[in-house]
Amino acid sequence: MAGGLKRFAANRIALFGLVLIAVIVGAALFAPWLAPYPPNEQFFEGLTLEGAPLPPNAEFWLGTDQLGRDLLSRLIYGARTSLVVGVLANGVAVLLGTVLGVTAGYVRGVVGSVIMRFTDLMMAFPALLLAIALAAIFQPSLLIVALVIAMVNWVQIARVVYTETTALAERDYIEACRALGANWPRILFRHIVPHLVPTVLVYATLGIATTVLLEATLSFLGIGVRPPEPSWGNIIYENQTYFATAPWLVFIPGAAILLLALAFNLVGDGLRDALDPTQRGR
Amino acid sequence: MAAYLARRIVQAVLILLGVTFVTFVLLYLLPADPARQIAGRSATAATVQSIRQQLGLDLPLWQQYLRYLGNLVQGDMGRSYIQRTGVAPLVWSRLPATLLLMAGAIVCELVIGLGAGILAAVRRGKPADTTVMVASFLGVSAPQFVVGILLLYVFAVRLQWFPIGGYGTFAHLVLPALTLGILGGGWYSRMTRSSMVDVLRQDYIRTARAKGAGERRVVYIHALRNAVLPLIAMIGLDIGIFMSGAVVVESVFGWPGIGQLTWQAIQQVDIPVIMGVTLTAAVFIVLGNLLADLIAPLADPRIKLR
Repeated sequence: MAGGLKRFAANRIALFGLVLIAVIVGAALFAPWLAPYPPNEQFFEGLTLEGAPLPPNAEFWLGTDQLGRDLLSRLIYGARTSLVVGVLANGVAVLLGTVLGVTAGYVRGVVGSVIMRFTDLMMAFPALLLAIALAAIFQPSLLIVALVIAMVNWVQIARVVYTETTALAERDYIEACRALGANWPRILFRHIVPHLVPTVLVYATLGIATTVLLEATLSFLGIGVRPPEPSWGNIIYENQTYFATAPWLVFIPGAAILLLALAFNLVGDGLRDALDPTQRGR
Repeated sequence: MAAYLARRIVQAVLILLGVTFVTFVLLYLLPADPARQIAGRSATAATVQSIRQQLGLDLPLWQQYLRYLGNLVQGDMGRSYIQRTGVAPLVWSRLPATLLLMAGAIVCELVIGLGAGILAAVRRGKPADTTVMVASFLGVSAPQFVVGILLLYVFAVRLQWFPIGGYGTFAHLVLPALTLGILGGGWYSRMTRSSMVDVLRQDYIRTARAKGAGERRVVYIHALRNAVLPLIAMIGLDIGIFMSGAVVVESVFGWPGIGQLTWQAIQQVDIPVIMGVTLTAAVFIVLGNLLADLIAPLADPRIKLR
């Protein structure tokens, strides 16, 4: 892992991703101090006389939305939504996927088969459609959206962890541990789980990118985070009818979603290169 | 081969059975009261009760599930809460448009992905390679609805090269297919690059060069086949991504397929329609996986059937 860190630090593209994440996390943390206006305040002077949103100007740096609210403030607060959902949903997915994957891979037998057949089943559902169905049945809130995304996203991690665990469990050193009389918790937690950390770390990072995109998509379809609570996806959902006359209302939040997903993809890819020696030199 | 085929088909059928069980649970157990939903707000208690009996909601669970399965086999996917019609005809009438869109998207993702991937592999380490890799990262990180609206804004609103939405002519297809294909194009460009780089390092390529084959011949005749055929054989695995993407792309472009049907159903909380589309999509995904498993060994004989 130490050599991996050094390799990661030498990867400029991955570091760029890390800086991007730091900026967005900073914006989310310090939102009340950074945002020029309260995110839900509607300004009378925030709309033209015809009632159209304002383009970027000195008073509202990124312009206003269709209700005369400051876009920059909504974006800054929206970063909170994206990150909270992203980290929460992905955290649950990673935890669930890892526990199920390790269990299936280490215990094998009937339990293992049942778990893996269940992941086969989940793979047959298109992620977005399943999330839509769940979100439509349960009235969406921030927590529900996060859980729905977690329910859809744990599968990939479980499969990867399962494959790695089965491979590890068959290695000679595990056999040696058993011969030396180590009990199963010791083998599992001291000799198998630590080797899974790099893989889980990589997939956890890449998974946040997927999660951020899924949250944005659900919010864009109107079944994610409910307005007036700002999320980058629902800002676009609320303002998409203006895209021809007020394109900034779509493309600025769109760029924010892109940058956040890109940042986690870059860092995840950098981690994979740094932690997996077989991938180097490509 | 026959035994393998038989086993894979049995597996596919079992997975589809599981899928129907999940859609059954989502359709009949989780929503508050399906009978009331179908009857509508103004219905009397007696009407709701008769609908409940009609649907078999008063039967034990396993009987309800068997009924649901029996109906599915006969092509009956239940009734829409909102539109007073069956779900199956709704889905059937929308399916051709989605399949057309997917065909267009496959063409786009292969053209973009293979072209960019080969370029990057051949120019490995040069600016063209870096550009392609950055672009592929942007492609897989971009939310599809933003890509769609961006293409719409630039090519339909500003340049007016293409219609702003709708269905019917080839011009209508271009932007939606491109939007749906960009994500896959990003993945394919990375996989093609890495596969090409691997193949170009192999001994037989060196032999070909040593025998005096030109660079073009080496890349396009000797390397391309081995690097790219296995990737194309896996295209059936993309159907899941397309089925999800179709919801977004069709709602942005007003494309009258099952994605738009889903979007309309979302607005009206019409759960039977959402489940009907989900079930249809799952059938296509299982078939796509089966197809990929069967074709892959043909494209790459090193893959052994298990």
